[in-house]
Amino acid sequence: MKGSMSDRRAVGEQAWVRRLLVSLALGYLGLFLVLPLASVYVEALAKGIAPFLAAIVDPDALAAIRLTLLVAAIAVPCNAVFGLCASWAVAKFDFPGKSLLVTLIDLPFSVSPVVSGLVYVLLFGAHGWFGPWLQAHHIKIIFGIAGIVLATIFVTFPFVARELIPLMQQQGREEEEAAILLGASGRQTFWRVTLPNAKWGLLYGVLLCNARAMGEFGAVSVVSGHIRGLTLTMPLHVELLYNEYDFVGAFSVASLLSLLALVTLTLKSLLEWRFRSDEQAGAA
Amino acid sequence: MTLTLSLSLRRKPSVIPGFGLTLGCTVLYLSLVVLIPLTGLLLRPVELGWHGFWRVVLDGRVLAALSLSFGGSLLAAAINAVLGGIVAWVLVRYDFPGRRLVDALVDLPFALPTAVAGIALAAVYAPNGWIGALLLPLGIKVAFTRLGVLVALTFIGLPFVVRTLEPVLQDLDAEYEEAAATLGASRWQSFIRVVLPEILPALLTGTALAFARAVGEYGSAIFIAGNMPMSSEIAPLLIVIKLEEFDYAGASAIGVAMLGASFLLLLAINLLQRWQVARSEG
Repeated sequence: MKGSMSDRRAVGEQAWVRRLLVSLALGYLGLFLVLPLASVYVEALAKGIAPFLAAIVDPDALAAIRLTLLVAAIAVPCNAVFGLCASWAVAKFDFPGKSLLVTLIDLPFSVSPVVSGLVYVLLFGAHGWFGPWLQAHHIKIIFGIAGIVLATIFVTFPFVARELIPLMQQQGREEEEAAILLGASGRQTFWRVTLPNAKWGLLYGVLLCNARAMGEFGAVSVVSGHIRGLTLTMPLHVELLYNEYDFVGAFSVASLLSLLALVTLTLKSLLEWRFRSDEQAGAA
Repeated sequence: MTLTLSLSLRRKPSVIPGFGLTLGCTVLYLSLVVLIPLTGLLLRPVELGWHGFWRVVLDGRVLAALSLSFGGSLLAAAINAVLGGIVAWVLVRYDFPGRRLVDALVDLPFALPTAVAGIALAAVYAPNGWIGALLLPLGIKVAFTRLGVLVALTFIGLPFVVRTLEPVLQDLDAEYEEAAATLGASRWQSFIRVVLPEILPALLTGTALAFARAVGEYGSAIFIAGNMPMSSEIAPLLIVIKLEEFDYAGASAIGVAMLGASFLLLLAINLLQRWQVARSEG
């Protein structure tokens, strides 16, 4: 790596061009990423530490935190199991329509979050297909927790699968085939061979899936009834406080969410580093 | 079940078990969570009829919102193509203090909840915010105008170009540039003639991804946009407004129009990626 760096110097740019490009890049990231991130904490602590803490231990805020954790605790495992199923089917077998299946799995990424919520309102809302039936049986999906969970599952659907599919495809089938031929059962092969091989990819997907599940706004906003203390997740609680001009409150809860983002980014970098050193160890 | 059965008859034989189970679960879950709800969306505008659908989509306010979402996203993607390209170049080619930290930070728009990004951008670019206050004497208002929408859509698309370009730049062999330099090309000439053609497919893919993400963006845009009908109202917001008025058919008509556009984009991205793979293999 060091060698190739100095090789590139031979055809590198002049020093002033290099300095200009670095300052352009840093200026751009500073304006769009660093300043907004810093402003969250500055605004949250604008009136001191006491109002900040008060906004976080507010019963409605605590209810929002609990709901966010609950939704993620349901949505993330669902999509993780799905991701494992899908990647096993796609990576270990050849069948017609495989590329169509992979495209369809990625589909939720190209759907607007608002539309992701809308599809469930059309199915389960008061004027939706199943709306009258659900109402007659006193089942609440839209404007309730079930709707929030469904919308979150939709939005975070591809995360684990899209990390695992290329990874497991790259790892090939030989190890599983060897395990089976040596007499291991399918379940043993999965737990002893496939899962240990794919664990970093799985963790990586779960991490990104979780960040999105806890932070989703558009889709959840459409299906939540915006009932304070009941159907507000943390991002929706932030919106409510912001629209009530309670900026300190809004930014205080937002600072928790950006902390989540920073922790996610740190773990992500650690996983990438871990993954790379594993790969190098495998190559050596 | 018959589908999995017929598929398992047609696939190549394998000693690995679990084909029917995993594919069956995958297809079932995919259908329940994604395909059936989306079909419901596609069928909804049928009750409006062909003319009714177009009356909704071509209504002045809807058209203004759609053109803001698509036009703003295109502009934001173009900004990201240039500046994101520079970021990727700097991160791969140069060594400077804090490079790894900057590299990790690029993914912030993926990790930061959009609502948080929205209120933070609004705070920074508002007339009394850190940057808004600097721009105000120049007569530039960012927050609560169309320019604010552009800022939010640029923010949300920032990682895509950088992340698609980085691996391609890393794999780029220095030999060709050295050859160009030896043959007397200036640095700029060898960038335009040698490097750019190599990275172009990845650059376009990243730009298309950033564009696709920005078109549907809601959370980060609505706080900094003024949300004035006909001027700074984005298409996803109009869907929410129609839903609040219980105009399900109207909301789904806009949704279907956006979905149609996204499908075309997805197709374009797939073709670009195929071109990119063919290039790197050829």
